[in-house]
Amino acid sequence: MKKFNGKAMFLDRGDINTDEIIPARYLTEITKEALKPYLLEDLILPGFNAQADVEKSNVVVTRANFGCGSSREHAPWALEVNAINIVIAESFARIFKQNMFNGGMMAVELSAGALDRIFKKFAKSETTVTTDMDKMTLRFVTADEEEIFPFAISDFNRALVEAGGWVGYADSKY
Amino acid sequence: MGKTIAEKIFDSHRVDNPFGDIHVINLDAVFCHEITTPVAINDLVARDMDRVFDPTKIKAVIDHVTPAKDSKTAMQGKIIRDWANRHNIKDFFDIGENGVCHALFPEKGFVRPGYTVIMGDSHTCTHGAFGAFAAGVGTTDLEVGILKGVCAFQYPESIKISVNGALPQGVFAKDVILAIIGKLGVNGATNKVIEFTGNVIDAMSMESRMTLCNMAVEAGGTSGICAPDMVTVDYLWQFISNDFSSREEAFEKYLEFTADPDATYAQVIEIDAATLVPVTTFGYKPDQVRPVSEMSSAKVDQVYIGSCTNGRIEDLRIAARILDGKHIKKGVRGVVSPASPAIYSRALEEGIIKIFMDAGFCVTNPTCGACLGMSNGVLAAGEVCASTTNRNFSGRMGKGGMVHLMSPASAAATALTGTITNSTLYKAGEK
Repeated sequence: MKKFNGKAMFLDRGDINTDEIIPARYLTEITKEALKPYLLEDLILPGFNAQADVEKSNVVVTRANFGCGSSREHAPWALEVNAINIVIAESFARIFKQNMFNGGMMAVELSAGALDRIFKKFAKSETTVTTDMDKMTLRFVTADEEEIFPFAISDFNRALVEAGGWVGYADSKY
Repeated sequence: MGKTIAEKIFDSHRVDNPFGDIHVINLDAVFCHEITTPVAINDLVARDMDRVFDPTKIKAVIDHVTPAKDSKTAMQGKIIRDWANRHNIKDFFDIGENGVCHALFPEKGFVRPGYTVIMGDSHTCTHGAFGAFAAGVGTTDLEVGILKGVCAFQYPESIKISVNGALPQGVFAKDVILAIIGKLGVNGATNKVIEFTGNVIDAMSMESRMTLCNMAVEAGGTSGICAPDMVTVDYLWQFISNDFSSREEAFEKYLEFTADPDATYAQVIEIDAATLVPVTTFGYKPDQVRPVSEMSSAKVDQVYIGSCTNGRIEDLRIAARILDGKHIKKGVRGVVSPASPAIYSRALEEGIIKIFMDAGFCVTNPTCGACLGMSNGVLAAGEVCASTTNRNFSGRMGKGGMVHLMSPASAAATALTGTITNSTLYKAGEK
């Protein structure tokens, strides 16, 4: 099973689409590793610097409908090769969310209220997120703040995370 | 209890129900193109699982960048070409016979009512126009589809959108779907199927229904879907005439894949067609929709007519009606890409290509190219394009570019004036 812990990157906008996560001009790459320098290259947000912010982060925290648009699995791959295995958002586009779990990664939904609280309390500080897959909690920690948020994923998606993805799961069953 | 079209299709294709509302269904068709498939092929090879579940149910095409523009895109083509050859995939479309997948595969008769279809492409929802469940998936789902012929989905709820009344002249399927996306929002249909019904849909050609279903994903929808009827049967007749004694018999059979009157929907939206006007997008999201008449100050550098949304013969005919005998505004670059060789050929026969060329358009081969900023009309930073495509995301047609989505009629009219303009086919207030 992959690890879902590390420094958080806060992207405070809804509807961040797959073209912003990995622009189509890089879809000519045929290895995941080649996507590494281009993650979030076209995302324009105040105070956001793709290269520097991606470099130090392992967890993305964002708003609603993350990953809308294209079916390209290059979006989760670009996260994965940058050691980001978990995105926490209010909601996800269907294909992006399934692509995450199909690769043994996590797309975790929290309520709008919980995310408001997280953005307010943690977004301005260096924050570490720790995921406990047994207790099903996310622990947000800064130098002087700490809070634990429970989360849920479907049994199917949990089975995919534990199996390391859909190919292994499907090959053993169908 | 009655069922929706999607529920009927799921219930006839279920192979497993491993958890709660997760249903594993078998697939009637797995479509492949050269952008998302090569990584799946390479992964299958690396896992020592380089097999296909049924070569007759796999259809493949090189369409996103064709002819190859550089060594990388040439390699993507080579990987899918070699794979199709070694697995005896007969329906593989390479240069000379290739076109935009969602235009090419329907005209080959590969989609039938009641089918389940996946492809590593979000606009796969287009094929729901035939009364099929057709969903875009990622490369891993595609890989499992290729290997096992199955895919897992949440049992789909549907949103019913009923469009009734008289559609004003000069208002097209593209305007209808943009208006719907404006209403639903970019995630209004997430995890749901959008079922399009009503007399306006009944009167639409298969081409127009494909335009509608094509953009279901822009509202987050898993698949668009239209009930099969005689229009569907007539379109498919050349492919199904051996299976049925008459068109009526085919129609009777396909009634199996229409919704029950007492089916349950997550949401029902009624749209009065008479209230619709030609529209365009104004921001970086396809739900940011405004009447064309309110955007007339927007200047454009390029006009693009093509794509899986609006690159079919009906679209080219409409644009040609507006361009006939006229020339596009000096300084505007016009690019038209007929979406398949059959469409291109038909447009040649009908004199449409000549009209485009005389009007100052560049006519390119069928390809996805510029729609996603890969080739054949990429924008420079700061440039604006009026486009018949499906996405106006930031950077979509080129980093720093702005895209305004609209119908072929509005795009052609805009090419003539250089600013976003209603076509002469639309006369406000007239029915």
